[in-house]
Amino acid sequence: MTPAEIAAFRFGYGPGPGMAITADALLAGLAKPDSAALAYPIVAGDDLTQMLSAADQARLAAKRHNPRDPALDARAIELDQAVIAASGAALRATLARAVAAPDGLRERLGAFWADHFTVAAPGLHRAIMPAAMAEEAIRPHLTGNFADMLTAVALHPAMLIYLDQSFSTGPNSALGKRKGKGLNENFARELLELHTLGVGAGYAQDDVRELAKLLSGLSWRLRTGFSFNPQKTEPGPQVVLGKTYAGDTLDTVREVLGDLARRPETATHLARKLAVHFVADAPDAGLVAALEGAFLQGGGALMPVYEVLLRHPAALVPEMAKARQPWDFLVASLRALGVTGDDIMAWPGKHLTRRIIKPLIAMGQPWKQPRGPDGWAEDFAAWISPSGLATRITWAMSVPETILRPLPDPAAVARGAFGTNPPDTVIWAASRAETRADGIGLVLASPAFNRR
Amino acid sequence: MIQRRHFLRGAGALACSAAAHPFLTTVTLAASDGGRPLGDHRLVVILLRGAMDGLDVVQPQGDRGFAALRPTLNRPDALPLDGFFALNPALGGLMPLWQAGQLGFVHATSTPYRDKRSHFDGQDQLEAGTGNDLALASVRDGWLNRLLQAVPGVRAETAYAVGREEMRILSGPAQVRDWAPDTRLDLSPQARRLLEQVYHDDPAFLAVANEAMELGIDLDAEPAGMQAPMPELAGARLADVEELVGFVTARLRAETRIAAFSLNGWDTHKAQKTGIGRSLSRLERAILRLSQRLGPEIWGKTVVLAMTEFGRTAAENGSGGTDHGTAGAMLLAGGAVRGGKIWGDWPGLDEADLYDRRDLLPTSDVRVWAAHVIAGLYGIDRATLESAIFPGMQMGQVPGLIL
Repeated sequence: MTPAEIAAFRFGYGPGPGMAITADALLAGLAKPDSAALAYPIVAGDDLTQMLSAADQARLAAKRHNPRDPALDARAIELDQAVIAASGAALRATLARAVAAPDGLRERLGAFWADHFTVAAPGLHRAIMPAAMAEEAIRPHLTGNFADMLTAVALHPAMLIYLDQSFSTGPNSALGKRKGKGLNENFARELLELHTLGVGAGYAQDDVRELAKLLSGLSWRLRTGFSFNPQKTEPGPQVVLGKTYAGDTLDTVREVLGDLARRPETATHLARKLAVHFVADAPDAGLVAALEGAFLQGGGALMPVYEVLLRHPAALVPEMAKARQPWDFLVASLRALGVTGDDIMAWPGKHLTRRIIKPLIAMGQPWKQPRGPDGWAEDFAAWISPSGLATRITWAMSVPETILRPLPDPAAVARGAFGTNPPDTVIWAASRAETRADGIGLVLASPAFNRR
Repeated sequence: MIQRRHFLRGAGALACSAAAHPFLTTVTLAASDGGRPLGDHRLVVILLRGAMDGLDVVQPQGDRGFAALRPTLNRPDALPLDGFFALNPALGGLMPLWQAGQLGFVHATSTPYRDKRSHFDGQDQLEAGTGNDLALASVRDGWLNRLLQAVPGVRAETAYAVGREEMRILSGPAQVRDWAPDTRLDLSPQARRLLEQVYHDDPAFLAVANEAMELGIDLDAEPAGMQAPMPELAGARLADVEELVGFVTARLRAETRIAAFSLNGWDTHKAQKTGIGRSLSRLERAILRLSQRLGPEIWGKTVVLAMTEFGRTAAENGSGGTDHGTAGAMLLAGGAVRGGKIWGDWPGLDEADLYDRRDLLPTSDVRVWAAHVIAGLYGIDRATLESAIFPGMQMGQVPGLIL
């Protein structure tokens, strides 16, 4: 493989139209405005709040009407369906961005950070929330500073709901005393364990508890949106990792988040995670150290970290040690088949369900629904398991012919999949298949295509 | 998190992505060969991922501190078990098993994992079966796999694991197979031969692909009864449990002696009453179906162990739920269990009795109970259990758990 082809697999979704992928080109692409977000928009901001609010109000109105009013019920269902449809539209737009991207690095980084800050929806009427968080809190900070991304995520409704922060109350706050309510430490713990320091770092239960007190004012309600609610804020001061925080304001929350983002343990944790995700389950120690150094030196700035990732010799070795995750596999397959972003936008909903949504479930990676807040597994064996591989083979052999009629020559699909140098064995096997569908299936099910 | 059925029904057609979560399940199975190295006894291990609140499942209503710690989770409608403990009503369907002596619980038990209260490390330690003396990362195999390694004659071809997510409890040198019950693989002979060529030079892919092709074809040929229909995605809350258990029981009725799967959805930080009720219903259904589908003879030789990574805080938190804790409860069911009992020393719920002044204090190691079950079922000796299967654990004296 050429260095450009290695980079296309490792940092993107495989070769794309007009591929010329060097580290310089990839970095330059990242520095450019985010045109994909404009081409394939995802509902966010006030429009989203308004949509959710309308649905909630209609649902409440229907519920409160006694006896039930069929018109109100119908209205509530209709608005709920709109919210659910928006979630499907977000999946579609995310897919279109990845398939249409010249190199895919921005989309891969977006997926990496969305997984780092995993959230899942608490129910269908909030199914859009994880995609909204990725759009509003993560994507704008992809090339910025980690502290800003962390802060945006920590104050985003999707996270406040998913890890229960909105339901946590300082026991000595006005509300806590009046109603006998208390803390919920879920978010504070994951903030330390998953989002910043990492579980191996030297923090204790007291740090979790004190951090939960600092965060106790964070609140989200649909009617009022995000707020820092002094009524449920535990009075300060609190001590986290040896530092005393005043403890009663949103500024204190920002301060502690900034401090956590810049800790050396955070640099270590994130450096390792990036190397594991992009390069190898057991990454080169020199690469991890270089990433860590870049993070610390830049005070959490992410572009210098990506620069190390894209240029470090240990990140460019030809051994493809990682398995493409199911989402990556599907995106790369569509690119190899020559499907365009606009094609995907035009697919009827049932096609999106059959070609993408259900296969993702069967392959073990249901859209935005990981098992827990630690996100998707990284190790090879988690994805290339007998049933996981069987499901990929079945998709590779049978789904392309539902997308493209007539099917292209398998050799052309191989060039789309691998660039100018498809593996000989793959070409040999594909040319001996009994049908074009089987030939294409052999290309997409091959080890070379499923590694990165 | 207000979900009303009315709206869920309305939205059912679009529910597929939500339906698979958060209850994804995984099955791992290990089979014995014709020489029957594990004899006739069956062991089913259910991993309850997310930290099940033992105090809510088996409520210590005889403890004077309980009601004050659990103002909303203390259930007056819980079903009396032994005068001190009472069973969460969501497991009410298991009462006939309790009365028949086929159900018991260990209370105030935990793995040796302490203090960080991380689900992920806690589950790793539960599955590795290790103490705190070994670096967790250095342990690559699970304790059920080490059980298989200790039994001569467990053949690689007949030992297999099934699943969509990894079950580390069964991974390791003794070959086990992974399979998810709803996977099918239908290839023409030519496509299959060519695929074998494509995988030929990549050993990691070749091994997995061979297994996939073998299993995909073998399982398609399985007689009726094993092939439960694909669950409809909407309203599949129990259908997936049915399919899972249908698969497990078909295997256990044939060559398989050891099965492990996970039931998720126990991380009840908020509105626990509803959340745990849902998960308990799934656990109840799994156990009842195992007993029904195995039939009296095989059920009589079966033990089901349901275990979790750790328990939850003694007190309710500020949102009708509980946070990560330490000791919890473990469930034993099956015709081979000498049940109708709650095992373990009760540490009490006064603040001074709690671990870290917040969690139920562990008075036993879950590995000890698992070890006694294994010894009782398979006659594995104490030295092997204490050194190889659960390195560093002391079995001590435990009253007979197994008939």
